[in-house]
Amino acid sequence: MVEITLPKNSKIRQGKVWPKPEGATNLREYRVYRWSPDDGENPRVDTYYVDMDDCGPMVLDGLIWIKNKIDPTLTFRRSCREGICGSCAMNIDGANTLACTKGMDDIDGAVRIYPLPHMPVVKDLVPDLSIPYAQLSSIEPWLQTVTPEPATEWKQSREDRAKLDGLYECILCFCCQTSCPSYWWNGERYLGPAVLLQAYRWLIDSRDEATGERLDKLEDPFRLYRCHTIMNCTQTCPKGLNPAKAIAEIKKMMVERRV
Amino acid sequence: MADMRTPLSRVRGLGAARSGTEHFWRQRLTAVSNVPLTLFLIGFVIAYNGASYEEVRGALSSPFVALPIAFAFLSVLYHMRLGMQVIIEDYVHDDGWKVALIILNTFFPIVVGAIALFSLLKIIFGA
Repeated sequence: MVEITLPKNSKIRQGKVWPKPEGATNLREYRVYRWSPDDGENPRVDTYYVDMDDCGPMVLDGLIWIKNKIDPTLTFRRSCREGICGSCAMNIDGANTLACTKGMDDIDGAVRIYPLPHMPVVKDLVPDLSIPYAQLSSIEPWLQTVTPEPATEWKQSREDRAKLDGLYECILCFCCQTSCPSYWWNGERYLGPAVLLQAYRWLIDSRDEATGERLDKLEDPFRLYRCHTIMNCTQTCPKGLNPAKAIAEIKKMMVERRV
Repeated sequence: MADMRTPLSRVRGLGAARSGTEHFWRQRLTAVSNVPLTLFLIGFVIAYNGASYEEVRGALSSPFVALPIAFAFLSVLYHMRLGMQVIIEDYVHDDGWKVALIILNTFFPIVVGAIALFSLLKIIFGA
C-alpha cells in the first residue's frame, strides 16, 4: 500500500541552528534538509543565516555561500548556475525548481530547502536519480531510422521542426517527474512526466521512422496511463514547459491509431 | 538498493502490456454517456418525488423512460468499475491484495447491475 507517513528512520528532526555571521545586518534565514548515510542518524533540518550583503540574489547563491562560509559539509549538486544543466533541482519553498533560477526575493520568510520528493537520498540535497535515468534510456531518446542515411542531413520542414518547440528545451532536471503523485506511488512502472515528454519529442519528430514501435512500448496501463492529469508537472516546470500536454498528445496518438 | 538488478532491468520489468488504450477510451466514452443519462435519472427522481407507486410504475412502462434509466445503470456501473480499477492499481501494491480487489471490483458492478435491472423489470412487468 501507499505509505502516508514516513518510516521511523526517515522522520525529520529539528537540527542545528548555526551561528549568525558576525557583523552582518542584512540576514536571510535558510532551513535546509540534512541527511548523511554515514552516521545512522535521522534526517534533520539545519538553520543557517546568510549575509545578503555578501551573497548573490538566487537561492543557489545562498547555498554556495553557506557551503563556503559556514558549513563545508552541506552537500548539493550544481553546475551551470544559469538554468541549463538541471543539476540544482530541489524542493524550495514547497515546490520543485532550480535553485539557480529561483530568486530569494520570490520567497516569503525563511528559505526552506529539501531534496526532490520521493527519491532515495544519497546525501543532504542529492537524490538518487538512477531510476528516472534508466526510464529515459528505456524510451531510446534518439533518432531511429530504417531508410539508408542520406549523404547530407535528414530533412525536416519548418512546420515539422516547429512541432519540437516546447519539447526540446527540457533539461531533464526531473522537477516534474518528482512532483507527480502518480510517480510517487508507482515510480518504477510509470514512466513519469519528464520521460513521457521526451518520448513525445521523438514520437512527433517527422524524421523518426520508429513511431509505431515507440507507441507499442508505451502502451501499458502503468507506463503511460498512470497519468491522471494532476498537472503538478506543468505547474512546477522551471523551464515553463507542459509535460501534461505532451502526455495527452501521446494518449491521443494511441486512440488515433485504433479508431 | 535491496537487490542487485540494474535500474534498467527494474524499469523494463515485464515489458509493455500492449493494452490500456481500450480502458482509457471506454472510460471516456462512458463519461460522455453518463452526462445525459445521469441527468435524466436525477431529473426523473426529482420529478416523481412523492408520487405514488402506480404513477411511477406508469411512467416506467414507457420505453422512453425505462430504457434511459436502464442505460444509466449500465453506463455508471461500467464507468465505476473502470475508475475503481485505476484507483486499486494506483494505491494497492501487494500483488495478492491487488488481484483479489480487481476480481471483487469486476464482480461487484455485475451483481449490482443485475439487481438494478431485475428491480426495474419487476416494477415495470411485476404484478
